[in-house]
Amino acid sequence: MPATDITRWTAAETAEAVAAGKVTAVEVTQAHLDRIAAVDGKVHAFLHVDADGALAQARAVDAKREAGEKLGPLAGVPLALKDVFTTEGIPTTAGSKILEGWIPPYDATLTKRLKDADVVILGKTNMDEFAMGSSTENSAYGPTGNPWDLARIPGGSGGGSAAALAAYEAPLAIGTDTGGSIRQPGAVTGTVGVKPTYGAVSRYGLIAFSSSLDQGGPCARTVLDAALLHEAIAGHDPLDSTSIDAPVPPVVEAARNGSVDGMRIGVVKEFGGEGYQPGVMQRFNESVELLRELGAEVVEVSCPSFTYALPAYYLIAPSECSSNLARFDAMRYGLRVGDDGTRSAEDVTALTREAGFGPEVKRRIMLGTYALSSGYYDAYYGSAQKVRTLITRDFDRAFADVDVLISPTTPTTAFPIGERADDPMAMYLADLCTIPSNLAGNAAMSVPCGLAPEDNLPVGLQIIAPAMADDRLYRVGAAVERAFTEKWGHPLLEEAPAL
Amino acid sequence: MPGITREEVAHLARLSRLELKSEELDHFADQLNDIVDAVARVSEIAAEDVPPTSHPLPLTNVWRKDEVRPSLTPQQALSGAPAQEEERFRVPQILGED
Repeated sequence: MPATDITRWTAAETAEAVAAGKVTAVEVTQAHLDRIAAVDGKVHAFLHVDADGALAQARAVDAKREAGEKLGPLAGVPLALKDVFTTEGIPTTAGSKILEGWIPPYDATLTKRLKDADVVILGKTNMDEFAMGSSTENSAYGPTGNPWDLARIPGGSGGGSAAALAAYEAPLAIGTDTGGSIRQPGAVTGTVGVKPTYGAVSRYGLIAFSSSLDQGGPCARTVLDAALLHEAIAGHDPLDSTSIDAPVPPVVEAARNGSVDGMRIGVVKEFGGEGYQPGVMQRFNESVELLRELGAEVVEVSCPSFTYALPAYYLIAPSECSSNLARFDAMRYGLRVGDDGTRSAEDVTALTREAGFGPEVKRRIMLGTYALSSGYYDAYYGSAQKVRTLITRDFDRAFADVDVLISPTTPTTAFPIGERADDPMAMYLADLCTIPSNLAGNAAMSVPCGLAPEDNLPVGLQIIAPAMADDRLYRVGAAVERAFTEKWGHPLLEEAPAL
Repeated sequence: MPGITREEVAHLARLSRLELKSEELDHFADQLNDIVDAVARVSEIAAEDVPPTSHPLPLTNVWRKDEVRPSLTPQQALSGAPAQEEERFRVPQILGED
């Protein structure tokens, strides 16, 4: 274990050091709070840093250890939590002005499980408003910078969580993935992001964007760290009717014993070619060769319906969001505008939503309202639901032949802040490869696979597994990570410029 | 597929409870037109014999015993309300004075 800078340790190393009494949880937490104080002015990964709360949690962990009580596997490890999960007593905004200043009276199940696992929550991370976006430029509180190049996006919507990892502000983070919002930020920041099987991690207390797609999941700097976090947050929750009541796959064991020897891996034919950055494809093709060298059989697989995934997603997600965001009505919590005694409740609602929502949210609410309108419902929403069936069938056919599928995580590396800000269709393309898994509900991961030669920015390899076979992601991800780290001589993130 | 006009955006905004500003109407009309043009492709492969999927999991009702359990206190439940009165959410008037 490196003795120098605690913030460079992995979560596994940190937990081991805390458990062995080589360092206290308070020392670990303070080191990360110091790091945040030093660099977050540039990165803007956090919307709220709960220094007092984090140190109190850390003191409690140290007290438990001193008393000889059993500690969780991630005891004393700091974590950055996406601001879309409710946290009792700590502001939760979902990146929106409409919830500015709101302090939830309860914890999300995920938040509670983190606390029960003795994880130290450092604060809440920046995100695209209500998780709508691919760049974290839609946050009402300003964009986050990519630690590899602060003038570029850190991905979205969980850009704050990914940037916190890449800037060594936290060894663990939590994201949510509705169309790729964990994997895409992971890819463009050189970190690991996992979208667990839909229903594997409770959505109770997760502020809903698109309920049939949203999935919380782990973000980390290593595959093993992601697995440890996955195990801490996954599992059945009676408070979420869509939570799967089945054992969590052995993800930690898979991450510790990563191997692709004898596996059959499918390359999705439809992900590649026009619109893909040459350097991204170059690194992806090298990953394919690496997997062959490691003993996998790699075959091409065709999933023809995937080309319709993006349009289907941009009908289904806005439709669900137009319904979910109806709760922001200015009456129960958050902002209220225009309540001067002269206006009706309906007028106050409309004025509040106009003032409180940003342009991307308004665009999606109206798109969803349009798609669900009488006369258009069958052509838009109904057809999109049929595409969802066809995509699931493509996955089923593919997984009858191969163990996992692979593709680039994103078509390009991180683009400059502002480049696609007023071009929604160009922005939506960032999630081209990640969306099919959300529509079908299966599991997927992004692991770093090198830097694109033309801009020296990180490229992600996406691994997709069938539902409830999340352990396969970790087997493949760990094998790829180990082989690449040996080849490069160090983890990819060490090539990032100093902040 | 029909295009989305400025007037239609105004109608959608009303349905969505959004008091859009005048300049937003043109801006959103252009953008929504582009998006709707792009997403209309879904109908190309949506044959009649394909069943729709609304959710990745088979959803079933979840029942719990009808028994009293701890929950938020009225003060906690009201803690995020923009305005409150007599332990209730205070909302603007709904009916006019007439």
